[in-house]
Order: sequence, then structure tokens, then C-alpha cells
Amino acid sequence: MELGRPNLDEFASTLFALAQHDRNILVVTSDSRGSGKLTPFGLQLPDQLVEVGIAEQNLVGVAAGLASTGKRVFAVSPACFLTARGLEQIKNDLAYSDIPAKIIGISAGVSYGALGSTHHSLHDFAVLRAIHNITIIAPADNFETRSTIQAILDYPHPVYVRFGKAPQYHLHPPDTRFEIGKAITITGGHDVCFVACGETVSMAYAASQVLAAEGLTCRVISMHTVKPLDVETLVLAAQETKALITVEEHSVHGGLGEACASALLERGFCLPFKITGIPDEYTVTGSQAEIFNDYGISPEGLAATARQLLQRQPT
Amino acid sequence: MLSEHELSLKSIEYRKTILRIIKQAKAGHTGGSLSCVDILNVLYNQVLRVSPETFHHPERDRYIQSKGHSVEALYTVLADRGFFPCQALDTLCRHQSHLIGHPTRKVNGIELNSGALGHGLSIGVGMALAGKMDHLPYRVYVLLGDGELAEGSCWEASMTAAHYGLDNLVAIVDRNRLQITGNTETVNPLEPLAAKFSAFGYAVRSVDGNDIHELVNAFGQVPFEQGKPNLIIARTIKGKGVSFMENNVTWHHHVPTDSEYAAALCELDAARARLQEAAWS
Repeated sequence: MELGRPNLDEFASTLFALAQHDRNILVVTSDSRGSGKLTPFGLQLPDQLVEVGIAEQNLVGVAAGLASTGKRVFAVSPACFLTARGLEQIKNDLAYSDIPAKIIGISAGVSYGALGSTHHSLHDFAVLRAIHNITIIAPADNFETRSTIQAILDYPHPVYVRFGKAPQYHLHPPDTRFEIGKAITITGGHDVCFVACGETVSMAYAASQVLAAEGLTCRVISMHTVKPLDVETLVLAAQETKALITVEEHSVHGGLGEACASALLERGFCLPFKITGIPDEYTVTGSQAEIFNDYGISPEGLAATARQLLQRQPT
Repeated sequence: MLSEHELSLKSIEYRKTILRIIKQAKAGHTGGSLSCVDILNVLYNQVLRVSPETFHHPERDRYIQSKGHSVEALYTVLADRGFFPCQALDTLCRHQSHLIGHPTRKVNGIELNSGALGHGLSIGVGMALAGKMDHLPYRVYVLLGDGELAEGSCWEASMTAAHYGLDNLVAIVDRNRLQITGNTETVNPLEPLAAKFSAFGYAVRSVDGNDIHELVNAFGQVPFEQGKPNLIIARTIKGKGVSFMENNVTWHHHVPTDSEYAAALCELDAARARLQEAAWS
């Protein structure tokens, strides 16, 4: 599997390419053009970049005002600040008012690793899932990132997209179909199913390779749209595999895992099940990779979780 | 266009309607609706280039009521201007009515949902900026409460308004000096307010916000300065028009009893008679 570039870079170049041909595409930044890889955008399309300074509430409010006039607005800010400082504006000015601005949470999850919990966003799925009328997408690789931006450009409701800054493996063949709210099954399998999103999908895929060497077949699903959840694909996985593991770069509370758990339980499914994410504790310090490793979001860690659920010994 | 005398008469009728619908709904923000209704009267009957027919036109003027809780004044004026039938006012705060206690887009004539304080100015900045980008002639008017100004987001928005030189943005502060706890200057002082807004880059005017003539005059002078956002400090009286409601914080969201309602109507009818008499003499 070939290593691509960070989803952040893919986002920035995709948006720039679109914006060159559409002056109604605007980026709104909160002193975040550098972290958002949007410096070239600002230099080459200065009239399409709105800068509000370090002011996330204002960022979302201004984005709402611009989008209400028909502008195609992307408000870009670190996920940790955007979805906490700007939460009430997201709730009221976008979701409640149904204004189709797109908000982009960059350096999400524990991407800022060693900068500490102030800069981590482990709450964003949880808080936004509880708000009506906002779609939540966490693309896994460059293809999903590119496809997400293209798909949401004309989407008539608000959307939250989050991604990190580590280079990502290309997970999909070129002819893959991308649709908001429709999960992508990367590999088929009947022993265990990984339902992952964002930068943890490649970990789940690598875990499936480890388990394949032990004779286990794994289904790996990229649930890029956390809300609305693709319940159909999830239910099929619950019917056709023996255990299900969710993986996310988010608190184990309120995110993809709990969304899957409630969807399955409400439909009467009960199978060996594990939510893998960042546990409810002061997050261990370190880089994103080190934090992932500590919490079992790694090929070996996820393979171990799978064995445990299937009550198998490592081979 | 209505004369200032006709506008003054309208304000009295609006005040009567506001009290009637609040009493009927057994809920509402009486004091703040009475303080800002003259501003809304002048805006919708004299200033804003918007009507039920042009409400979706890209070049319409926009109005955002950031102090969303004074929605009874807004509903009253919108109904009078034909945005929806006056009978709908009777459904205020009723089960399944769109006319709830804060503005929503489900009511014709309302641009965006508001009510959480500190939101409207940023939205107005975005709208005004889009107008500048597209060289459209519309203006954006945002009504703020004075208590609302403790929200830091108002000042974030102000910095951006000045940064982009939004002289098509008109922020109006309903400066009635009372918030739910008491006097704004004892809760968390705002003064010197005009100096603060000037320092943030606004061109500032201060007017009697319950005086039709002064309001008409001030709105007529917009833009106050090329390249600067406009700010009007509208000095108003909370509960204006009914003696026992004026400057009385109890009336922030007190609902009039039968006798209070009757007494209020008496005062407003007497005010109308005085106005008409003055016009004849």
C-alpha cells in the first residue's frame, strides 16, 4: 500500500483547484491559514480568503453570514478550538438556521500530540452528534478527503469535516465510489469487522493484515460519515462477522463507537464488541503515533483486541 | 413614505399589539420590546429596502435582531408590513406555532435564527462583507441589546467589521441601561460605550432611540464615514410608553395582569389622543 500525503494537504490543494474557477468559494480562517496549508490560497486568491484572527466564535458567525448570501464557505480552524469555542455558533448560526457553511476542523484528534490536551479534539464527534442538522465526516485517506470536499461543495446543509496532518496510505482503488453517509468496505471478511474513521482506518487495515497471516478474515469498513451513520452497512457487518471493533481518534464516549453500539443494540444485535479510542482519562503525552500505540490503536493493538473478542490465542 | 407623525402613531399601535400578544401568550419580553419598537418602526417603515415581495432578492437590505428575546416587537412590525397575516400574532408561543420566543427563519421576513446573545453581529459582518465582495448596494442592520455587549463575540465581530471597512453595516445598540439583573452599569459596566466603539473603529452616533425624528435623521446619514462600520447608540427607555413599566427591571419579562393591561392601554390611548390633538392644533 502506497503512502500518500497528509489529508490536510489534499484538502488545501483540492479546495484551491475548485476556488480558481469559482470566485464564490471562500475560505475563512482564524489565523489558521498556515496550519491549514492555505498560505498559497491566500497569496493567489487573496479576495477569496477572509481572515478574522484568533476568534473562533466570530469565524463561524461570519461564515454563516457569508454563506447566507449564497457564498460557498469553508471555515478552517483547528478542530479543538473550532468545535469548542465556536460550538454555540455551530449549533445556532449553522445547524439551527440551516446555513450550508462547511466547517473544517484541522489537526483533529491527537494530531497535535505533544502539545497536550488543550490542542486535542476528542470531543468533537460527541458534541456535534447531539446537534440536529449537521453532517460529520472524517475522511480516511487522500481519496476520501478529495471526494468529501467535492461532495460537500454544493451540499445544502452544514457539514463538519475533520482530519489530521500525518501522511496517509492510499486505501482505495481509483474507481471507488464516494457518497456522504455511505461507508466504504475496504476488505471483505467474516471473522472480525473493524469499523473505523479518519486516520485510524489505515491502522485497522494493517491490523487486518496481521490477522490474515493467522488465518482470520477481517472486514474493514471506513465509516467516513460519522453522522448520519450508514446503519445498513453496519448491520450487514454485524450479521456476517463474529465480532465488531470500532476504531476512532476520539474519546470512547459519544463518538463513532457509541453511535455503532446504539444502532446495533436498538436493532437487536448482540455480538462481541469493543470501542477503541482514547479512554476517559488524562491523555498520555507523546506524538500521535505514540498516543495511538499506548491505547491500542495500532496494528498489533487492534489485532490483540480482535483475538480477545474471538477468544483466540496469538499464533 | 409615512410622515414622522404617522410613524409616531404607528409606534403607539405597535406597543398596544405587543402588550396584547404578550398578555395572550402569557409570556414575552415586555420591557425590551417596548424599548426597541421605535427603532424597528423606523427601520421597517422608512429605512430598510425590503418587503414581502423582495424578501429573497439578493440586493435586499438585511435586518438581524441579535437581541432576539425582544421578538414580540419584531413579529408585530413584520405582521404590520405584510410579511405574514396579523392573525398569526395570536399564536405567539402556542404549541406548534412558528412564532416562538426568539426569531426563526420559519417566520417569513426573518433572515436567521437568533436569540443566543452575541451572535448577530458576526452574522451581519459576513452578510455585509459578501455585499462588498459582490458590489451589491444593500446594507445590513443589526440590533444589539446593551446587556448583550458583555458577550466577547460582539467585540470579535467589531474588530472584523472595522478591518474590512464595512460601511454598509449598521449596528444599533438598544441602550435601555437595564438587563435582567439590574442596571448595566452595576452588573458589568459598559461605559464609556461610545468611546469603546470608536476605539474599535466604528463611526458612532448617539440618538434618543425612542424619538422618531432623531432615528429617521440618524439612519438618513448612513454611512457616517466612508470605510467605517456605523454604530448607533439608541438611548431608550425599557418599558417605554407605559409609565409603570418604564425603567422598571421587573418588566424585563413580566406579563401584564388584566388591570395592568387595561391601565397600559389607557395610557397609550391617551398618548395617541395627545399626538392627534397636537397635529390638529
